[in-house]
Amino acid sequence: MHKLIIAAAALVAGLSMAPAAQAAEAGAHVERQAWSFGGIFGTYDTNQLQRGFQVFREVCSSCHGAHLLAFRNLMEEGGPEFSEAQVRALAAEYEVADATADGGRRAAVPADRWPSPFASDQDARDANGGSLPPDFSVLAKARGVKDPFPTWVFNYFTAYQEGGPDYIHALLNGYHDEVPEDAPHGSDGAPFQLPDGKHYNDYFPGHAIGMGPPLSDGVVEYAEAENGTTVPHTLEQYSTDVAAFMMWMAEPHLVSRKQTGFAVLIFLVLFAGLMYGTKRKLWSGIEH
Amino acid sequence: MRSRKLSPAAHWTSPSDSAKRTPTDGPLEGGWLTILLMWSKVGAGSVICASYGETDLSTQAEHSTTNRRDFLFVATGAVGAVGAAAVVWPLINQLNPDASTLALASIQYDVSPIAEGQSVTIMWRGLPVFVRHRTPKEIEEAKAVPLSELKDPETDEQRTKPGHEEWLIMIANCTHLGCIPVGQSGDFDGWFCPCHGSHYDSAGRIRRGPAPKNLVVPPYEFLSDTLVQIG
Amino acid sequence: MSEHSTYVPGNAVEKWLDDRLPVVRFAKEHLMDFPTPKNLNYWWTFGAILVMCLGVQIVTGIILAMHYTPNVALAFDSVEHIRRNVSGGRVIQATHAVGASMFFVALYIHMFRGLFYGSYKAPREILWILGVVIFLLTTATAFMGYILPWGQMSFWGATVISNIFSAIPLVGDSIKQLVLGGFAVGNPTLNRFFSLHYLLPFIIAAVVALHIWALHVPGNNNPVGVEVKDSRDTVPFHPYYTMKDLFAMVVFMIPFAWFVFFAPDILGHPDNYIMANPQVTPAHIVPEWYLLPFYTILRAIDFNILFIDSKLGGVIAMGGAMLCLLIVPWLDTSKVRAGTFRPMFKWFYALFVINFIALMYLGAQEAAEPYTTLAKVCTAYYFLYFLVILPVLSRIETPKPLPTSISESVLGKAHA
Repeated sequence: MHKLIIAAAALVAGLSMAPAAQAAEAGAHVERQAWSFGGIFGTYDTNQLQRGFQVFREVCSSCHGAHLLAFRNLMEEGGPEFSEAQVRALAAEYEVADATADGGRRAAVPADRWPSPFASDQDARDANGGSLPPDFSVLAKARGVKDPFPTWVFNYFTAYQEGGPDYIHALLNGYHDEVPEDAPHGSDGAPFQLPDGKHYNDYFPGHAIGMGPPLSDGVVEYAEAENGTTVPHTLEQYSTDVAAFMMWMAEPHLVSRKQTGFAVLIFLVLFAGLMYGTKRKLWSGIEH
Repeated sequence: MRSRKLSPAAHWTSPSDSAKRTPTDGPLEGGWLTILLMWSKVGAGSVICASYGETDLSTQAEHSTTNRRDFLFVATGAVGAVGAAAVVWPLINQLNPDASTLALASIQYDVSPIAEGQSVTIMWRGLPVFVRHRTPKEIEEAKAVPLSELKDPETDEQRTKPGHEEWLIMIANCTHLGCIPVGQSGDFDGWFCPCHGSHYDSAGRIRRGPAPKNLVVPPYEFLSDTLVQIG
Repeated sequence: MSEHSTYVPGNAVEKWLDDRLPVVRFAKEHLMDFPTPKNLNYWWTFGAILVMCLGVQIVTGIILAMHYTPNVALAFDSVEHIRRNVSGGRVIQATHAVGASMFFVALYIHMFRGLFYGSYKAPREILWILGVVIFLLTTATAFMGYILPWGQMSFWGATVISNIFSAIPLVGDSIKQLVLGGFAVGNPTLNRFFSLHYLLPFIIAAVVALHIWALHVPGNNNPVGVEVKDSRDTVPFHPYYTMKDLFAMVVFMIPFAWFVFFAPDILGHPDNYIMANPQVTPAHIVPEWYLLPFYTILRAIDFNILFIDSKLGGVIAMGGAMLCLLIVPWLDTSKVRAGTFRPMFKWFYALFVINFIALMYLGAQEAAEPYTTLAKVCTAYYFLYFLVILPVLSRIETPKPLPTSISESVLGKAHA
């Protein structure tokens, strides 16, 4: 058996060589947040996803698309879980292109996908000072945090997959009104020069980001919960909620995937135990 | 490529020559059954137990450790079979319509823009569907036909919803060979299929020609006076 | 009729079949009765694990192809469609993606086992060469598969690797255009890579059949490296090794499932969740981890060698690193197979393993000091090991005494 352990160790050593290099280099250290969906037991918080959706809808979606998000996803299990009536009413507020409809456009239905705010990428650039607001569909998985050795080795064992939302949360909280004093200097030693129309952000690669600070305290009015409590109307809260929503949008089947995973792993451990017993019994009479 | 070249079994004497417990002895027979069952991908525990029962009686009664050993083999085989079945199912299930297809399995359609005497063709589950706003004359004609004259007897009431008799909603494929009939033509003030000459009346019932059945009415209901949900 | 076969047709139907197509006899001889050394350790289970990996990739791959669209405008979204909409699609897709990594884990362990126990030595040279062919085909298949999601790493990986062809003197650019079906990676490239990615696994399966055929002619090597002498040295493949291999497969499935269900993206790269964009290069291009050692060797040659420029030099080095595996049987001429009995070889081998892992690590680092120098050192040791150390050791090393037979070594272990 000890050889098997060596094999397992070799396997882990091999895997740990996987690209440690993740996106978002040259930024400040991104703090890990306590996500409800983090770790192997994590699940989405329905209320948080609903709030995050509200932030997305009221703020982000005026510039950012989410072309893989269907309205029907919003009522699916494991997501924000709005009611069918809510989703139908929501969809009806949006128009989508449909070649068979009068005038080529019609009101959206739950089966439709979230309409993009701009007709084309070029339109989006023109409206945003040359910067293209990225589509949100899988953005939470398209961003990450580069962890130093040996943290990224541990990530394989903790199944840390939340670098994207961590980065998004950090980015939304990382704006400065003016270039801070500790901004990196150029290679020639000159102080940091922020191009016109750009904004300084601690976490954005290169620090000069086209998007102005999209969220600030009080911009979104959250509804009161049924028990009369309300979450704070703060940037911190908004950014956490919208990052969680984006993670759900990028990985909508996370909860069911992990649930299946537990069944599979328990099965495999049990089956491995039985197979080991079977193998031992078979070999018990053989010198080997 | 028969076994002379392939088989290096020169050193392998027949199992029965060996003084040791031989590979084809009882417990190993059990192992063989186990693997067979394991890969048979059928999680029928009873079948497994039954086969083991036979083996047990016939070959291994004298071994004191037999039962425990056999239990282990049976348990392993059964668990393996369950696992195999659990793997196979999702591999088959993925063939089913996906979520984006299912989302369109039921559609809602607002019929209010369709004026009397007009039809539109809409798509539902990949099929064209006629939505016809019938004239009183058409409704009357349809109701007047005695069932005895019909090849596929159905009353007009059976083909429409009570209170919404002016709406006729049917899958637009001829029940003969699937062409799309032309509306408001043919000899019965209904539809005429140009492919092979089937005539349908103003309730979409087959009246003459090779088609065996009336045009199919999909499952639908009126959610309000003007909003219809098909599927 | 084989004189070794223990198969006796049970009834008239079996006899009829056996006279015409002896598949049952064949299966019994090669899958059940095949005499296998009884001292194989768990490193020998990786062959069966690899068969399982190939099966998993083929089955999940065929399923993915039912839902995938090989078109530059649609490929990225179609993969997301699989993840989001197809029943069980998230897990099937993750199994295929993680499965590629697990395949290489098993493949490398299998190869390093062969290198340690001298499994490439006579009379198993063809067996080893077929294995190297499988490795090369698998690498090509994995590389082409990585293009299919049409993310940023897919696109730029394809761009970087296809530029390897342009290093070839005179005809390089023509070959590159021939491979890509255009002047850059584009829709024709994606389509042909999809076609070939679907084809190659079946060719791999065919070479695997040859590999097993070549294995069954001399029979298995074993941890002491002395040939089988008589029936006391062996056990029939079934049920002894079928059950042992199955046990190992199930254990192997545990980390496999861990990644599939709990961290399906951790072995990939976030940039591949951005659709391919020919106008923007990701800040840091890295191939998948299993290609990193060879990628490091490619990058390590950043200097011209005589009339060979650095680009061609890198390509030659990378190709050479893979191809020199083919001639290992004639580089290591030591009569003793197993590294256990070779006191000097053991240490150079251990260093080679560490060196390989170091090459892997360096491939993921940026091209800056001290990594570039380390990469050169590690590359040098890689070639030194095969081209100098193995031939020299064969001459100067005095191996430890070998047991006279497998059963003797087994008994010795039991009494020790």
